[in-house]
Amino acid sequence: MATVGSACLVVGLLTALYAVGAALYGARRGGPRWVVSARHAIYALAGLLVTAFAILEAAYLRSDFSFSLVATNSSSDTPTFYKFTAIWSSQAGSLLLWVTLLSLFASAVLRATRNQQPEVVPYATAVLAAIGSFFLVLTVFYASPFDTLTNPPSEGNGLNPLLRHPAMMFHPPMLYTGYVGFSVPFAFAVGALITRRTGMDWIRATRRFALIAWTFLGFGIMLGALWSFAELGWGGYWGWDAVENASLMPWLVGTAYLHSIQVEEKRGMLRVWNMSLVMASFVLALLGTFLVRSGILDSIHAFGASTLGKPFLFFIAACAIGSTALVVSRLDHLRSDARLESIWSREGAFLLNNVVLVALAFVIWWGTFFPLISEALNGHRSSVGPPWFDRYTVPLALALVLLAGIGPVLTWRKVSAKALRRTLVAPLAIAAAVFVALLAFTEAVNSWTSLVMFTLIAFVLAVVGQEFWRGVSARRVMTDEAPPTALTRLVARNRRRWGGYIVHVGIAVLFLGVAASSAFHSQRDIRMKQGQTTAVGGYKVKYVRPTAEVGHDTSGTGAPISLGAVLDVSKNGKHTIVRPKRNFYPVNDPSVPMIARFFEGEPTSEVDVRWGLKRDLWFAVQPDLASLMPAIREADRKFGGPKFAKYQALLIATIAQSYAHDPPPANFRMIVSPMVAFIWIGGLIAVGGALIALWPGAETRRRAVRSVYAAKLARELSRA
Amino acid sequence: MLDPARKRKIRLIVALSAAVLLASALVYTSFSAATEASSPSQLLKSGTSPGRSIELTGKVAAGSVHKSGATLRFAIRDRNGRGPQVPVVYTGVVPDPFRVGREVIVTGKLKDGTFVGERDSLVTKCPSKFQTKPGASST
Repeated sequence: MATVGSACLVVGLLTALYAVGAALYGARRGGPRWVVSARHAIYALAGLLVTAFAILEAAYLRSDFSFSLVATNSSSDTPTFYKFTAIWSSQAGSLLLWVTLLSLFASAVLRATRNQQPEVVPYATAVLAAIGSFFLVLTVFYASPFDTLTNPPSEGNGLNPLLRHPAMMFHPPMLYTGYVGFSVPFAFAVGALITRRTGMDWIRATRRFALIAWTFLGFGIMLGALWSFAELGWGGYWGWDAVENASLMPWLVGTAYLHSIQVEEKRGMLRVWNMSLVMASFVLALLGTFLVRSGILDSIHAFGASTLGKPFLFFIAACAIGSTALVVSRLDHLRSDARLESIWSREGAFLLNNVVLVALAFVIWWGTFFPLISEALNGHRSSVGPPWFDRYTVPLALALVLLAGIGPVLTWRKVSAKALRRTLVAPLAIAAAVFVALLAFTEAVNSWTSLVMFTLIAFVLAVVGQEFWRGVSARRVMTDEAPPTALTRLVARNRRRWGGYIVHVGIAVLFLGVAASSAFHSQRDIRMKQGQTTAVGGYKVKYVRPTAEVGHDTSGTGAPISLGAVLDVSKNGKHTIVRPKRNFYPVNDPSVPMIARFFEGEPTSEVDVRWGLKRDLWFAVQPDLASLMPAIREADRKFGGPKFAKYQALLIATIAQSYAHDPPPANFRMIVSPMVAFIWIGGLIAVGGALIALWPGAETRRRAVRSVYAAKLARELSRA
Repeated sequence: MLDPARKRKIRLIVALSAAVLLASALVYTSFSAATEASSPSQLLKSGTSPGRSIELTGKVAAGSVHKSGATLRFAIRDRNGRGPQVPVVYTGVVPDPFRVGREVIVTGKLKDGTFVGERDSLVTKCPSKFQTKPGASST
């Protein structure tokens, strides 16, 4: 089967190269037949890659260790769900996922635009096929997912236990869908520039794809944060790690793009800027993929040095230089139709929001690449930490939230002072009231940034609420509908606008969670003996007793041993029992004695989080195995040989159980983090808003039908 | 009343100088706030300016890990597994993947030949493979 898989990739590479050639030839001399053929080649490519992906997936599911990838990051005792998802934990597997998603996206967009923009589409096809070819070259020549082992091991290494978390399994495909999605607007932008058709058509054709990419990328980033909080034993959701930053940069630039194309649509301005944003978001998406896979920056994610560095860097540089040159050579075709009349206008607010978003992306870029920058400048590899990032990102985030509130109340061209007063009075009053209430009733004054942030969030929510209120009232005056009907019809009539406002609400709620949890969380790292009590964030925590479970896998991750603690958490007489644990996964290493393998393998924290709207209680434990070590050594010395295989399970169980009977002190980390849940809630609201904006409205459907008829008619006429 | 062209020019100059100011602040603070990264052999060869923290990166040396109470003692070697070792004393949270042979980063200062890590500064690189390939060398 591995041969079939490799064949799919090789044929896929040839197909993609053919598509590049056919599309370019069709655009120059060959005519539309060649372009259609190139499109069909892309469909075929999607078919081939889906087949290859399915073959690899099937190998994972049946634990076929003759596949080197399967042997490296799966095992027969890995739970089925994680076998299914282990495919993208490896470099080769994730490259295959990337290019498969690309072929699917390309097929979708080429099918949707098959009767539109006959000049631009051939070049867009060629660009998409060229990107696909690059990734296929990587999977065929540099990191093949179908390498086989001549002597397959009887058991695989298993999936990295840290990755055994549901959020982690959806996070990579979501991120990749986002990264890949940005290649569609990029391809059409390149096509529009080459053919000098720099009107609105390419933006209209790919707007939806940009929004899809943005939504997936955003959701993926949020899942990554959730995984970090709930699975990694450090208790944070964001650490300004290089790879986190790599995913955030294209998202920020994509956010800027989604706003600024509205300025181009409504006013014909910012053309060069929009082109640059599209190019930048794609190059940053490539960079994101590259950073995870290259290990050029020290990061907990950097998966070791790899062979991909050079070809990848070359491709990124080619994309960046090529697209810059293209934009510069077409500057004449990118002139604005209008000038900014006043900064007090919708386009003025969008412009400012773009500046802030791009500044954010730049700050993050600088900080992320600082090790390389400083090494190039003074020969010392230095890095900047979270405090440096916070210093810049916090004020920029405040400015962003302020603009998210002001933008919706401004009109295009120029807002009149009277209109501004009328629309701002209520939101400003609400924001002021919230400010006073925060000062009077909470401790928000202890952190002025979060005080300002809370006030601004109240302002944003009030503005959006007022917009909805006014929209619904206007409809009710005209149509006499019941409020719920009026609301749904209002949203249905302009999904992009109202969906966008809901995204604003989501992001405001998310920032609420970020501001509250980062300013007011309390944390305690402590070493406790059984029976001891400590306090954290107003809670009393007692170490009741240790736990030891053997062969009782409560979290479904396939760990044979788990040691933990029972803690009694109380406040005002209300008691909660929490059970943080640490799972021990055996190491498959012949140099470690048999029994020690079970204890010296890979441990992961099974954090116990008590989710709540008001606050999350977060507990992790690190049992100290030092006292078990003599027993483990002794057992290995006497019963480590293969002839005692029968008794080893019993011995392991006995040793593990002894931890619970005679427990040494354990290390705990306890965190009381207020309003973390709002981050996830806000993220979900934003995704919901994006889905509303994406949902095809009646107008889009009509237009799609019309364009199909128009194309048919044109074909009939040309034949006649 | 200024004519529009001039007004635009002024606006552009103001915007550009703000951008330049911000960028230079960025450059300046990043150099002053940065912690230098260094491998054990670099650290021992060049030494460091006292009073400044550095990030020590490398592999955990075999047989060097000792835990006593809340204190963790281990030694770090260069990434290629060769060269001199630097002993490290560290307190705080030990990340899950910490093991002999793993690449780690710890922030701290060199004092009398021992590297004293700052609390909770230990970072372990996420291993590319959960365990070493049968028969192949590690990570």
